[in-house]
Amino acid sequence: MSGEHGSAEHIEYVLRLADNALVLGQRLAEWCGHGPALEEDIALTNIALDLIGQARLLLDHAGRLEGKGRGEDELAFLREVPDFRNATLAELPNSGVASAGAAGGDYAVTIVRNLLFSAYQVELWQALAKSADPELAAIAAKSLKEARYHVRHAADWTIRLGDGTEESHTRIERALAALWPYTHELFATDPLEQAVARHGIGVESAGLRAGWLEALAPTAAEATLALPPDTGFRSTGKLGRHSEHLGFLLAEMQSLHRQHPGAMW
Amino acid sequence: MSGAAARAWQALGGVVDPEIPVLTVLDLGIVRDVGVVGDAVEVVITPTYSGCPATHVIEEDIRRALAAAGFAEARIRTSLSPAWTTDWMTAEGRDKLRKFGIAPPGACAPSPAKIALFRAEAAGVDCPHCGSTHTERLAAFGSTACKALYRCRDCREPFDHFKPI
Repeated sequence: MSGEHGSAEHIEYVLRLADNALVLGQRLAEWCGHGPALEEDIALTNIALDLIGQARLLLDHAGRLEGKGRGEDELAFLREVPDFRNATLAELPNSGVASAGAAGGDYAVTIVRNLLFSAYQVELWQALAKSADPELAAIAAKSLKEARYHVRHAADWTIRLGDGTEESHTRIERALAALWPYTHELFATDPLEQAVARHGIGVESAGLRAGWLEALAPTAAEATLALPPDTGFRSTGKLGRHSEHLGFLLAEMQSLHRQHPGAMW
Repeated sequence: MSGAAARAWQALGGVVDPEIPVLTVLDLGIVRDVGVVGDAVEVVITPTYSGCPATHVIEEDIRRALAAAGFAEARIRTSLSPAWTTDWMTAEGRDKLRKFGIAPPGACAPSPAKIALFRAEAAGVDCPHCGSTHTERLAAFGSTACKALYRCRDCREPFDHFKPI
């Protein structure tokens, strides 16, 4: 694997970052009009908007690196499930893993995922702000400000639910236990990451885990939650091998564009 | 500054944020550079939030304003680095915001290593209506990506706060 600027590895690495933001943004957007309170409805929609904005910048960048004339729309709307490179965590339903497919969402699941994911993004964007790819570094520095704000929202709610009623504590504890195994993928360094890291473009994500755990600890403690033990489960979304949930998400996200090819706002 | 450059800056001074129409793009500090060659002009702008839907409208409005100011060709280049900060908002822009009923952003503190919780944050936002410092945050997210929702505990009015980032 080469991993130098403009290589296939470089493009795929940027797609991983883009697809994480795009798919989670789409998931959070499902709460639009369905939030448990007006303020939360607006909060999740705002976070979704930030993530989709990050995804647009990253997809545009990946398209330029690729140089085949694919822009953000082609990459978002005309790729199939195996082409997507997001971590499985991002695509899991808002209703959780166990009750997958159930209508609506579980706010504990949504909050825990946002906490785990945005805390990961903070570590990642901090590191990538020094990337040898100047475009990626600029996107990272900008996204870092947004991710920090997202962490604060999720941490506030994690504490409120964890240190809340018996019911809210049970629900968020269950959500944390269910989602935790999917976080291993975020920190599983593979040959592609090693290749782009050698050229200073990307980072080996295994090195981010200690900082991530350290950032989560005070929130978990105040929420009276214990971080779950690590498991042997490894999800493989970033390799293009996804859960059964991504196809449904893409069907909804892509249908309009596919029915009206080339349509513009 | 050449006459043409001054004309370009003047035209930009008439382009407002579609969501906060009291602020011009110059007040917001998103115009980073203007270059004029003959009757062609290049404007470098930086987006506020990654997903801000106003960015696209602003680009179109800039193009229209420059055409109206007599430039045959207007090119807009987006620059992401350095990332936009509310510290670039002008003093005049902050005054306009306050008069519009939006509390302007305070100076950006350097990012602490540890991220503080919303609840642990001191209010420190003055009411744009009555000037009281006795305010509280109702929600960390507001009607647009750049704002949070507050309430004054003296005059009892709710208001938006332009978040410092």
